[in-house]
Amino acid sequence: MRSPHVISHWVSLADRQINLDGDPIFDAKGTGFADFARQVYQFMEISYPKFHKMDALSKLAFLGAEVLLGHAGDNEKDIALLFMNRSGSLDTDLRHQESISNPDEYYPSPAIFVYTLANICLGEVSIRHQLQTESCFFVSDTFDADLMYNYAAYLLQSGKSKKVLCAWVEYLQGDYRGIFYLVEEGKGVEHHMNEIKKIVIT
Amino acid sequence: METEKGIVGAMRNVYIDQINCVTPLGLDIEKSWEALLTGASGIGLVQRMGHFADFYAATIPDNYINPPFDALPDVEASFSRLEKMMILALAPILEGKKISSRTGLIISTTKGNIGTLKHGDITGAQLPTSAHRIAQYFGLETAPIIVSNACVSGLLAVMVGRRMMLMGRYDEVYVVAGDEVTEFVVSGFNSFQAMSSQPCRPYDVGRDGVTLGEAAAALSLSLDTGSIAILGDASINDANHISGPSRTGEGLYQSIKGALTEAGLTAGEVDCISAHGTATVYNDEMESIAIERMNLSNVPVNSLKGNFGHTLGCSGLLELVMLAKSLSNNIVLPTKGLYTIGVTGSMMLPQERSTKLLTIGIKTASGFGGSNAAMVLRKVGQHA
Repeated sequence: MRSPHVISHWVSLADRQINLDGDPIFDAKGTGFADFARQVYQFMEISYPKFHKMDALSKLAFLGAEVLLGHAGDNEKDIALLFMNRSGSLDTDLRHQESISNPDEYYPSPAIFVYTLANICLGEVSIRHQLQTESCFFVSDTFDADLMYNYAAYLLQSGKSKKVLCAWVEYLQGDYRGIFYLVEEGKGVEHHMNEIKKIVIT
Repeated sequence: METEKGIVGAMRNVYIDQINCVTPLGLDIEKSWEALLTGASGIGLVQRMGHFADFYAATIPDNYINPPFDALPDVEASFSRLEKMMILALAPILEGKKISSRTGLIISTTKGNIGTLKHGDITGAQLPTSAHRIAQYFGLETAPIIVSNACVSGLLAVMVGRRMMLMGRYDEVYVVAGDEVTEFVVSGFNSFQAMSSQPCRPYDVGRDGVTLGEAAAALSLSLDTGSIAILGDASINDANHISGPSRTGEGLYQSIKGALTEAGLTAGEVDCISAHGTATVYNDEMESIAIERMNLSNVPVNSLKGNFGHTLGCSGLLELVMLAKSLSNNIVLPTKGLYTIGVTGSMMLPQERSTKLLTIGIKTASGFGGSNAAMVLRKVGQHA
């Protein structure tokens, strides 16, 4: 049995902008990611103190999921999370490395070390939206539409998940790019490799 | 317009065909298994690693890895130590195999070549850099898939392979997992005060943390060959805490339940469980609660962390191949380092090796980020 799964909504966070379903909804001032993240947090009227403890990758994932799931606006909790990026947790890895590079100032911190795993950002989104669901973090040089498409389709068709939030979420040394899309039953563009590529690889 | 592709293999089985590993107990599966049967442990005192002195870990001496690696065909010295371990694990499985655009390679690791950061080499620490070198060595045509999902990575990588095969994307998949003991990881676990003062003691009343380990493990997945079938799997997040497990074991409970449901089996049909058992206070306690909640209290459970240490992104796969050996040989292994049970959930933890007819086994794993995974295996007669 084939279900008519579609990409219902998609969100991008890049170049100081948020786009929702292809239309700009927010333009930040300033240049750095920290500025951008803070302004999006305010724009979205979020109140979640844990946000401020997150590393940049988790903040990016958190904000993307916030815009997308906020817009999708239902209470469905059976949403799988499939995230992918190029650099894993390398940005935070560098911070941890810095803390252990000088024998005279050796100060590794558990608050940083915990973020040296790429999938922590999945955990942050799961906690925020109470998603006790399937999740997986993939690392790939460039966005692997083939993998993302097939794995999401499997989760939906096998009944392991009702919806799947797929994302490319990359952060390294100030450069960031987050693209998020929701696959579910209903209205939207067809869940098809070409459509995914159009959304993610621009 | 094409519609979404369907699951082609809904009623098909994916089999674990060949298995191998490179561990402190042996450079292949047979040597590692034989050592396990004697109750051996690869854990020893590491005298010095950067800032750290005299801590316990299960490491592999370089002079174990290099001679067999150098004996492989067409190898270059430029491979990293971890890449050498992974290639050594995968080489005997891939030898003589036909490779096509429908052959998949999945690589599981948490930290890859993280040691290169010490020398300021950022590109070297990017996981795809390493994955491509491994894929290229074996002449694989498809881009390798990398799963980096904390301590469930190794088991999750096998799930990803199975699921991609059930979607009809691959005809066969090779999975290789590996992680090293590095100062990077040791300093982090130490900052968490999560390192054991002695070789780790999973589920023991006196357990005080993990003992890190390093290893590589590999297997091949086939649609028609193999003596172990994967009947079901699930990987459910706790949605509770990024560095601590759910107190109720919710994500693990749901993972085991989901895997058994897919397998069409009940708890009463399970013969043995290879659990995660890191020997941290909270992880082991959580597992005992999930196992009791699943009505699996009468099923023998073990953790192999006392033998191999915690090999992070490798552990799920390493312990899965050892579970496959257990099923094939009808042998239940004990938990090394366990003397007095110190978890509140009711679970059966044999302290001696025993022989028992085994058919159904479950492998579980849990990790940071709230991740959990469970997979149900069935021993079948040698297929094809």
